[in-house]
Amino acid sequence: MFREEDLTFERVERLNEDGVLLHDKKVVSDEQVLEMYQWMLKARLLDEKLLRMQRQGRIGTYAPYSGQEAAQIGSVFALEKSDWICPSYREHAGNMVHGMPLEQIILYAKGHLHGGRVPEDVNILPVQIIIAAQTLHAVGTAYAQKYRGEKHVSVSYFGDGATSQGDFHEALNFASVYQVPAIFFCQNNQYAISVPVEKQMASKSIAQKAVAYGMPGVQVDGNDVLAVYEVMKEAVERARNGEGPTLIEAVTYRLGPHTTSDDPTKYRSKENVEPWREVKDPLRRVRLYLENSNLWDVEKEKAFVQTFQDELDHMIDEIESKEKEFPKVEEAFEYVYQEKNAQLEEQQAEARRIREEGDWHE
Amino acid sequence: MSEITMIEAIRQAMTQEMERDSRVLILGEDVGRNGGVFRATDGLIDQFGEERVMDTPLAESAIIGTAVGMSLNGLRPIAEIQFLGFIYEAMDQVANQAARVRFRSTGRYHVPMVIRSPYGGGVRTPELHSDSLEALFSHTPGLKVVMPSNPYDAKGLLIAAIRDEDPVLFFEPMKLYRSTKQEVPDQLYEIPIGKAKVVREGNQATIVSWGPCVPMLEKLVDQYKKEGAHLELIDLRTVAPIDAETILESVEKTERLMIVHEAVKTNGIGAEVAALVSEKGVFSLSAPILRITGFDTPYPVGTIEDDWLPNEKRIKDAIQQLLSY
Ligand SMILES: Cc1ncc(C[n+]2csc(CCOP(=O)(O)OP(=O)(O)O)c2C)c(N)n1
Repeated sequence: MFREEDLTFERVERLNEDGVLLHDKKVVSDEQVLEMYQWMLKARLLDEKLLRMQRQGRIGTYAPYSGQEAAQIGSVFALEKSDWICPSYREHAGNMVHGMPLEQIILYAKGHLHGGRVPEDVNILPVQIIIAAQTLHAVGTAYAQKYRGEKHVSVSYFGDGATSQGDFHEALNFASVYQVPAIFFCQNNQYAISVPVEKQMASKSIAQKAVAYGMPGVQVDGNDVLAVYEVMKEAVERARNGEGPTLIEAVTYRLGPHTTSDDPTKYRSKENVEPWREVKDPLRRVRLYLENSNLWDVEKEKAFVQTFQDELDHMIDEIESKEKEFPKVEEAFEYVYQEKNAQLEEQQAEARRIREEGDWHE
Repeated sequence: MSEITMIEAIRQAMTQEMERDSRVLILGEDVGRNGGVFRATDGLIDQFGEERVMDTPLAESAIIGTAVGMSLNGLRPIAEIQFLGFIYEAMDQVANQAARVRFRSTGRYHVPMVIRSPYGGGVRTPELHSDSLEALFSHTPGLKVVMPSNPYDAKGLLIAAIRDEDPVLFFEPMKLYRSTKQEVPDQLYEIPIGKAKVVREGNQATIVSWGPCVPMLEKLVDQYKKEGAHLELIDLRTVAPIDAETILESVEKTERLMIVHEAVKTNGIGAEVAALVSEKGVFSLSAPILRITGFDTPYPVGTIEDDWLPNEKRIKDAIQQLLSY
């Protein structure tokens, strides 16, 4: 008989909440730690900015990722530019590091027709709304890599809720049957909208689900950027060497609401959130480490924040000054098929005429 | 009687049916502690407990498949799909399973279940939250599809859906959840599934619609009336089955027909209504049948959705055209 009790549980940790390294073995240089921290800080500032903009009616519904920066950025740091990312909707921090331009993130948030258009040289799939659908796309893109004999890997990012979907289980099974270079990176942020992870599943961890599919499963402190980097690096190396897929569970916490339409006070208490906002915050421990190593201080932080905020504000001003020139409805007809059929041609002309003649929504 | 919104009417219908019949229960994502993302089930977990208001794991196929099993064994589940665009995940359980049980077992089994789901545009949702998918299900024998446009109908139709012996899809236009209030009786009442309602009488042209377009059309028709044009407006309320009789009677009188819906045009319910009238009422017509609908693209992003949806300008142009014959 197989029993859950027989499994051993270990959560990989490298940097404790006081910013102290738990092991001598350091797999990244201090320069890399600094670089990771700066990305995390940028990501936090972007998230806060977008949240404010939503409250001011300047962007649509928004899903904030604050609290999950270490999980996203630590893992993307272990990738090469040519590797593939199949993200959900809460992944701007990681996407940014993998080459998604900030402008693109803002256009998406603004409901611009080109919001889902990823630059040609960036291997990130469009934001996925359907929970867990992208886990299968990681299997397919990885299969294509293996088929062509390329050494790239595919990573799918998803949440704890996604592990309840059939797609997730089918993806793990396919990936291990075909031994493709895919990594399933779960950010267990404890909630799927209002449903806590204890109600999402009766199993003790998400990582253990890998066992059923005959692949390695790893649980890591998702707020510890160094630990995340390290487990991801190992998984990527295995995948590149043809040793198959890995499931990683990064235990983290969503600090904000599920989206700007959500009221988290309905399902979790302030006491529940507080520690995650303070001692467990993923930025805090890296900052402490860097300060203790004399690589960072209050002044540097201030200057960095100012520079990035100026850059961001400038970029947003640029975009907002051109809102009147955003693509119009008729352009949407261009992206349904390679070639428009007769009905689409006719409807496109009608849509243009109505828009040009109508001042009904001015 | 009390003045309530559509979301309140829906909650009231479920609450009162659950009080009346212990076989009725609710399952879905975030329907319990959170009370549903639109608060349709707010407070129900406190009144009825976790056994009857189930916060399920995140899996639409499991929600519908489990509801099928429950209804096979004596319960009357109301399953919520958080947004209609997510029902594709459960397509097999809806279209191959729920829809066919009666047929496959030649009546030995049946599934008296309801699937509730918000849909419709104009509220700047993220991608895949606004699609109108009624045609998919009306193309599936064995399913009924109900689409209310106001609080009064929503309550009466939902009660009828819960009491129906067959699977009923109950689609709720999210734009109208809180847009208006209406006098709704406090007691339980049913509105029959499959009956349309003539909401404005007129003799110059017939407009057939349902769900989110109806309030806008009511306003327009009232405006035309002031200007001396008398249009008849029919709210289908149920798109499967379609109340052909009410439509044919109206077209016989007005000789002109236009169908308005948010769903994409090709092979939509509008096409079915037009075909019905072509088969059974073509000699009443003095003008071509017009359809004003969403365009044949996936539902677009927020910055262009107002130009994509059937809007006043498009509808007025079409009315002009109809009346010119
Ligand atoms: C198929 C599908 N069902 C439901 C939803 C609605 N929904 C959006 S996010 C979400 C919760 C997802 O939780 P999780 O996978 O843990 O990711 P998180 O949002 O916490 O990052 C739900 C139910 C959806 N987008 N897609």
